[in-house]
Parts: sequence; structure tokens; C-alpha cells
Amino acid sequence: MEVVLAIVIGVLYAGGVYLMMRRNLIQLIIGLGLLSHGANLLIFTAGGLRQGGAPILAEGEKAFATTPADPLPQALILTAIVISFAVTAFALVLFLRTYKTVGTDDVDDLKEMQK
Amino acid sequence: MIFLPVLPIIIPLAGAVLCMLARRNIAVQKGLALITSVFILLTSLAIFAQTKDGTIAVMNVGSWQAPYGITLAIDMLSSVMLLLVGVLSVGVSVYACFDLDVTRMKFGFFPLMLILLMGVNGAFVTGDLFNLYVWFEVLLTASFILLALGGERAQLAGSIKYVTLNLLSSALFLAGIGILYGMAGTLNLAELAHLVKDGARGDLLTMVAVMFMMAFGIKAGMFPLYFWLPASYPTPPAAVTALFSGLLTKVGVYSMIRMFTLVFDTDPAFLHGLILVGAGLTMVSGVLAAAAQYEMRKILAVHIVSQIGYIVMGLGLFTELALTGTIFYLIHVIIVKTNLFLIAGAVNRLKGSYDLHKLGGLYKEKPGLSILFIISAMSLAGVPPLSGFFAKFTLILAGLRTESWLIVATALGVSLLTLYSMTKIWAYAFWKPAAEPLPDLNPMPKSKWFIFLLPMIGFTVITIALGVFAGPVFDYAADAAAQLMNPQGYIDAVLGGGM
Repeated sequence: MEVVLAIVIGVLYAGGVYLMMRRNLIQLIIGLGLLSHGANLLIFTAGGLRQGGAPILAEGEKAFATTPADPLPQALILTAIVISFAVTAFALVLFLRTYKTVGTDDVDDLKEMQK
Repeated sequence: MIFLPVLPIIIPLAGAVLCMLARRNIAVQKGLALITSVFILLTSLAIFAQTKDGTIAVMNVGSWQAPYGITLAIDMLSSVMLLLVGVLSVGVSVYACFDLDVTRMKFGFFPLMLILLMGVNGAFVTGDLFNLYVWFEVLLTASFILLALGGERAQLAGSIKYVTLNLLSSALFLAGIGILYGMAGTLNLAELAHLVKDGARGDLLTMVAVMFMMAFGIKAGMFPLYFWLPASYPTPPAAVTALFSGLLTKVGVYSMIRMFTLVFDTDPAFLHGLILVGAGLTMVSGVLAAAAQYEMRKILAVHIVSQIGYIVMGLGLFTELALTGTIFYLIHVIIVKTNLFLIAGAVNRLKGSYDLHKLGGLYKEKPGLSILFIISAMSLAGVPPLSGFFAKFTLILAGLRTESWLIVATALGVSLLTLYSMTKIWAYAFWKPAAEPLPDLNPMPKSKWFIFLLPMIGFTVITIALGVFAGPVFDYAADAAAQLMNPQGYIDAVLGGGM
């Protein structure tokens, strides 16, 4: 399972970086999205993939019968997803605004605006 | 008071919420922002008083014992950074009240500024790696909006680079956190440091460390990752740029110092050697790029990069004296750089331009402002007896002690070029007669102008004081550096049962 996820993460990173190097603003933001998905899956995989029960002790129990799954990576990913959702929303608005003001979605043309 | 460590986060948040509630009334927002800034300063002073003898203020949020909950831990480095945030927030809010246009204030400059301060403070007090990531995102989101606020063409174009590269850095940071968690099973900085010292994980740890170096390097503006900075920093109004230059890159540097003294101190020959090479190249590329510019704001913005090189140089040398220099330099540069941007903003307010070819004759017209500029500029270049001299002296002494001749030569050479850039601004904008007389755009009466200048006068006085009282400042920096070099104290304070 780790191998499959490792390949998936690799593909996501490769795709993300490739898209970010394109000149189109929309492709740029899709690339950023892929990159953050890759990072989320990386946390998930690095946190350890195992089939365990919920990490909650029933009343009276002192120890887990089977090794429970680690809930923390999922909590981290959830936080990261929420953050990247907000940031992507902002970036989309920024890019739209830029496109409307500058009249181009080509990153290279934006260089002229720096003067 | 056990709640003290959380106050630097809560106060700006409360201020921001109140400002949002009063979003239709700019006068109320101004007052609230000023009051909040003063409270931020007072809190940081209280924390400073508590930690200045070397105590580490620890608080476990929600009483979850470390390492299971989120820990806030303030050591001497954090507390001096908090103090600088406090000083800066007061100065910049006074300046913004006078300088900023009404449209930007209407669209929420003050709440955003306070949220930004909350993020910065959060990053300085946290003792948890994932929490640090969250604070980074808080301050970045606020800074994205502050940067783009106003929607001028150059601003938008600069924002895109800034947003993209910072998001890239966040993704790297997050991936590094993931791998580190997989290795250690914890994200509490103290426990991470503890575990790293117990079992060597060699190569994988070094790889993760380089990922963090990249992530923080982008945020700090290190070579070769700084290209977003000259593109975006000179575009917003002076108050925003001053805030950014004083705080944002410094949060990146702070995180790098924290991680590379506490957790990643296992392979200094490679890791800190790499940082040192980066530091040298950062200094040189920043100062050379500045020499080619003829726009006051751009010169200053590119100079941020070269100053970052000096700060990181101390971390790269990785001795106690070098870190002392780094901390001294941080204190010095935050004050001086912010002040220079504010003064540049004041010049723009007077003459409507940042262009050195157009400007001129300011010394004759505004001798007071000119003196404020020349003191800060000379301090940045490192002329004694101002603060920059002692900071650079400590760093170079540390370089000589470790016999790192190349970085010492670089630092000295870059220092000369800094002097060149600063005298260029002085000669063109202040000394030479203007090519064609520029109109005086300043509608402020004299008394108001004086209040407007107060933040700049304050920062200049601090610069001089840091030079005159360099002894106590040096002692403080040395104690803070000793604390950083002996992380066992930090680990014990956090894991040995906080409150």
C-alpha cells in the first residue's frame, strides 16, 4: 500500500510542479492544488498506514486489545485541507482580479507590470 | 501569571474583531488599532520582564500536558522578538493613521494588520511544529490581502509571485512536517529535539532538514529563493511595506534559527555549512541588485535580502558568539529597516515620487527628516557608534574566531556596498538639487507633521540607544544565544511539567 501511495504522491508532485511552470494562471493554481494534495497524502502515508481500531478505550479498559490507528495525521490533514481551501479561494479571486485589471492570464506578460 | 504566553495572540485577535465590528467607522478603527498596539507592547514588556533572567515561560493550552497538547514556550529569543513586534506595531499604526488612504482603511487595513500581528506573535510563542505551520498560514493570508489591497496593477502582479512562492513554501513545510511526524511520532519541538538526540536517524533527518531549510528560506528571502521579494515588497503603501520588511521575512529567519538550533543540530558540518554558503550568496546578490536600482523603495527592498544574509550568517557559523551576533543583528535590522521604509514613505508623501532621478534638495527643505534618514542609513551600513556597527562587529568577530575567512571578507565587502547604496540615496534624494523643482504635496499643518514624524523619531532614538547601550543589549543577546546553544534547558522547561 505504501508503494502505491508513494507513486500517487510522486505523480501529484510531478504534475503540480509541471503545471506551476506553465505560463497560464489557471494552470498555476491547479498546480498549487495538486501540490497541497500531494503534501496531505504524504502526511497520511508517513504517519503510518495500518488497519487498527479507533483509539478510544472503553470504560474500565486499561490497554488497547489491538494496536489502534493513529488519529493525529488525519487531524493534521483536516487542518491543512481547510487552510488550503481558504488560500485557494483567495488565490482564485486574486487571479481573477488580476486578469480583469491587467487583461492577460499569461505570467510572462505580468513582468511588464512591474515597472 | 500563567496566561501570559497566550496574551500576545489573544490581544491582536480581540482588536481585529472589534475593528471589524466598527468597519464603517474609520475613526473608531484608528483608535482601536492604536489601543491594541499599545496593549501588545505592554504585554510583550511584561513577558520580557518575566523571561529576561533566562526563565522559559511555558503554557500548555487547554491543560493538555506536553507533548500531547499544543505548548506555548517563550525563551529569551522569542521574548525579544515579541518586544520588537510590540514596538513596531505602535509605530506603524501611528504612521498608518496619518499616511494611509481612506479607501484602504475602509477595506479593512486595520483588522488585517492586527491579524498579521497575531500570526507573527503566534509563530514566535509556539512550541509546536504544526502550530507554527498554522501561524504561518494566518500571517500569510493576512499579508496576501494587505499586499493586494488597493488593486493597482503593479500590486496585483507582485502579489501573484508572492502568493505562489509562499504557497509553494507552505507545501514544502507541510511535507517536511509529515515526514518528521512519521519519523518521530511527535510534533512538539522539545520532544522532537529530545528524540533526535537519542536516536540518530542520519540521512533521512538531514533530508527533512533541507526541506525545512528550503521552506523557511523562501519565507525569509534567502538566495536563491528570494525573487518574490523585490517583485512584491515595493508595490504596496509604505506602512504595509514597513510592516512586512520588519516582520515577515524575520519570522522565516526566526523559525530557521529555532529549528536549526533545537532540532536539526545533529549534522552541523553539512547543514550549517549549507546555510553559511546560502548566507554569503544572499548578502552578495542582494547588495548587487540594490546597486543597480534608482528607486528608493526598490533599493531598500532589495537590501532586505542582503540583511537576511547577515542574520543567517550567524546561524551558519553556529557558535555562541555568532548567534549572539545574529540576535543583535535581528534587533537592529528590524528597527532600522522599518524606519527607512517609513522615511521613504514620508518622502513619497512630500514629493509624490520614489525616483532618485526626480527627487532632490530634501536636505534643504526638510532637514529634520533628512537627519532621521542619515542616522538610520548609516546604522544599516554599520557606521559606529550606531547599532549596526556592533551587530556586524560581533558577527565578523565570530567569523574570525572560527577562521571562516571567506564569509568574513564577503560580509565586509557587502558592508561597503551597503554604504554605497545608502550614500546614493542620500546624495540623490537629499543632497543634490532637484532636476526640476517638485511641488510640495504635503497638506499637513506643522503640528500634525510632527506627530506623523514621531514613529520615525522614536525608531531613530532606539537605533542610537542600541548603539550607545550596546553593552546591555550584547549581554542579553549573549544570554539568549547561550540558551539556544544549550537546548536542554528548553526541553526540560517544556517536558518537565509546565503549568
